[in-house]
Amino acid sequence: MNTIHKIIRTWGLPLLVISGFLLTGCQNGQQLGSSADAASKVYVSPGEHDEFYGFFSGGYNGQLGVYGLPSGRHIFTIPVFSQAPVNGYGYSEETKAMLNTSHGFVPWGDAHHPELSQTNGETDGRWVFMNENNTPRIARIGLNEFKTQEIIEIPNSAGNHASSFVTPNTEYVSAATRFSIPMDDENMQNMDVSIDSYKENFKGTISFIKVSDEGKMNIDFQIMMPGFDYDLSHAGKGPSNGWSFFTSYNSEQANTLLEINASKNDKDFIAAINWKKAAEYAKQGKGKMIPGEHVRNYIDHEEGGIVKSETIDKVRVLDPRELEGIVYFLPTPKSPHGVDVDPTGQYIAAGGKLSTVIPVHSFAKMQKAIENEEFEGKVMGIPVLKYDSILHGEVENPGLGPLHTEFDGRGNAYTTAFISSEIVKWNIENTEVVDRIDVYYSPGHLMIPGGDSQNPDGKYLVSLNKITKDRFLPTGPEMFHSAQLIDISGEKMKMLLDFPTEGEPHYAQAIKADKVIKNQKRFYKLEENGHPKATTSEKQAKVVRKGNEVHIYMTTIRSHFTPDNIEGVKVGDDVYFHVTNLEQDWDVPHGFAIKGANTAELLIMPGETLTLKWQPKKAGVVPFYCTDFCSALHQEMQGYVRVSEKDSDVEIAYGTGQ
Amino acid sequence: MKKLIGLLVISLTLFVGCGGGSDTGNNKSASTEKESSGLTDFEQKNGIGPVTEEIQLPSNIEKELAKKGEALFETKCSACHKLDERYVGPAQRDLLDRRSPEYVMNMILNPAEMVKKHPEAQKMLQEFMTPMPNQNLSRDEARTILEYFRYMKKHKDQMEIQ
Ligand code: HEC
Ligand SMILES: [Cu+2]
Repeated sequence: MNTIHKIIRTWGLPLLVISGFLLTGCQNGQQLGSSADAASKVYVSPGEHDEFYGFFSGGYNGQLGVYGLPSGRHIFTIPVFSQAPVNGYGYSEETKAMLNTSHGFVPWGDAHHPELSQTNGETDGRWVFMNENNTPRIARIGLNEFKTQEIIEIPNSAGNHASSFVTPNTEYVSAATRFSIPMDDENMQNMDVSIDSYKENFKGTISFIKVSDEGKMNIDFQIMMPGFDYDLSHAGKGPSNGWSFFTSYNSEQANTLLEINASKNDKDFIAAINWKKAAEYAKQGKGKMIPGEHVRNYIDHEEGGIVKSETIDKVRVLDPRELEGIVYFLPTPKSPHGVDVDPTGQYIAAGGKLSTVIPVHSFAKMQKAIENEEFEGKVMGIPVLKYDSILHGEVENPGLGPLHTEFDGRGNAYTTAFISSEIVKWNIENTEVVDRIDVYYSPGHLMIPGGDSQNPDGKYLVSLNKITKDRFLPTGPEMFHSAQLIDISGEKMKMLLDFPTEGEPHYAQAIKADKVIKNQKRFYKLEENGHPKATTSEKQAKVVRKGNEVHIYMTTIRSHFTPDNIEGVKVGDDVYFHVTNLEQDWDVPHGFAIKGANTAELLIMPGETLTLKWQPKKAGVVPFYCTDFCSALHQEMQGYVRVSEKDSDVEIAYGTGQ
Repeated sequence: MKKLIGLLVISLTLFVGCGGGSDTGNNKSASTEKESSGLTDFEQKNGIGPVTEEIQLPSNIEKELAKKGEALFETKCSACHKLDERYVGPAQRDLLDRRSPEYVMNMILNPAEMVKKHPEAQKMLQEFMTPMPNQNLSRDEARTILEYFRYMKKHKDQMEIQ
């Protein structure tokens, strides 16, 4: 029942009829190896490491899950767009500004597509980017410390779905509007208009965010687009380097019951963007600067480890009606979802989710068609190329509901078929299906390490399934999403492993562990701690009253706090615990929690300073303690704050061991 | 964190048979332990770690070097060590009366292996229960702290280098 509901929601009634037929009628013969064989392929013996790091978006948990592959072991979760009580991310005074937006503080986000940074078209292990769909944002996560280092908001956008895909040297990360919204002609400001004026007033934007060598992001330019839904994207590479491709659906421009009304046209469009040309226009000052308030938040440990927020007021917009040659439309059947460029950069495959074939466009043909002006018309000034002029081929019988494609670097493509629950392997050159395997159930994205880069590691494939049902022990109405690891090293795909994932991973990427391990930070050097409230030796520990603010400069080391006895705090004070962890070794955090605080604990990494704000409400003596089992004497790692009435004359006093 | 407990358990079990003298300077049983511990004579005397040869120390104390050591000691060590009283770890004024300079360096630079394998360090862990942490100093930095210990040993009346 659950499945059927989901299918109705996603695919609409007409499809249910077909899918009902196919779900029962389609038996693909499962290529399972013997289980001992499969087990030995995913077994990583105790103390050994996995070969790959896998980064799985957490969907509606807003975080980034880290898994070892091939074992499927969940090794870490990086807080990104949602507050994380586990370590105080988004709660502590230092980190809460990371969740600032032009709408104020937003404690939650919907994380979709992690994308590893690239150099020369190959994953390089510096950063992972990830988009937030609901309040349009892109995050940059540093793989030196597995922490979110920057989040930038995307203005003039709604539903930031076709994001965060990088160009081959991480020159740009791109973004696009899934939901078009009304935008005035002059300044693209949202308008108070009737929703059924969609065709007249609604527009979309595609954004290119420049990434500096240090990782700093800024919005270089936006391109104004017709009011369609922009869905997914990938940058060109090799011969197609300089271009990016964005799928769109709802070229019908419906504003209600999209599942029927946006499924009418036989073809929608892939927007091919010549970003190099657009970047040149932007550099020449073409287009115009319009109001586009957006917030950028970033943290830098060398600058004190406190998140800084800045608001940027304006953004450059390019209009394809005025600036020729930056956008072309490639007609593509039917409501295409994924768009994927093969490792050679010659072919562009689209997951036409309501289509019975997978259309594959040729970049060379596209260029020729542009040169010869083989257009079938224009939409909002954007030339629409002739389908037959650009088509490389169509993959017949690719399963029902094709969504996403990745590549193995040996001339094969792998596409998920959502409705028929299978992965279909096909030859890129002759577009013929060569193998298929059932997955459980309803795969969305799939991932091959480096599978969207110029140099895939074509050993494993992970299917990210949307429906779990009976794959694990039941856990009430909700189940974690199941991922499945498939061996693709041979001619036939072999199912190896099921593993549960947190939240709802949409996309995932993976990278050889060696590329990441070499840059690991194991602790923050105390000498480099630039936090203005750092306490880098016990001698400097102190308690300072400033009006009704009390600042406690505290240190931790196994296994005591300094100071651990504090008096002179009063009801109504704002008490700030600035806690510095004096440890200088790997994996020795200390925690800090105090009874009744209306916030999360702090988990302070070695050499780091974090701040917890506490507002005591009643007189008495209140304990605090270390929340991380740090040593044999961890249970002794505790202290007391004496809270007195507002008008009491108890003086500030503090100490440890006196 | 669990590693530390594991280590503690190992070190405790290793010492069940050794009598566990509370006097940390006691070297009487060293020769019998030598066979079971599998350490070389050098390691027995000077600890296990990056320092594998005797350090040539000048007879006079380099005050500038000692001052650098004092500053480092304050941020990275003083949370656990005082000069004249036992705190989380042992008092350090008389450190060089009971340990060789090489032993001190190895304890600073390689504490995890020291408390796991060296009988003297094991004994101390058993007594203090908190493992001496690796504060990730460079060898040069550890050398400055050694100079600070030499200075403090000589100037018994000073709490800070004057
Ligand atoms: C978290 C507390 C802690 C910190 C910080 C600490 N130590 Fe220790 N240290 C100890 C303990 C406890 C011992 C006893 C051995 C054990 O329990 O592991 C010890 C032992 C030692 C010894 C060996 C003493 C002996 O008599 O054999 C030396 C030398 C030493 N520490 C130097 C240092 C230096 C130098 C620093 C700073 C870089 C430092 N310690 C930081 C807790 C600490
Ligand atoms: Cu602790």
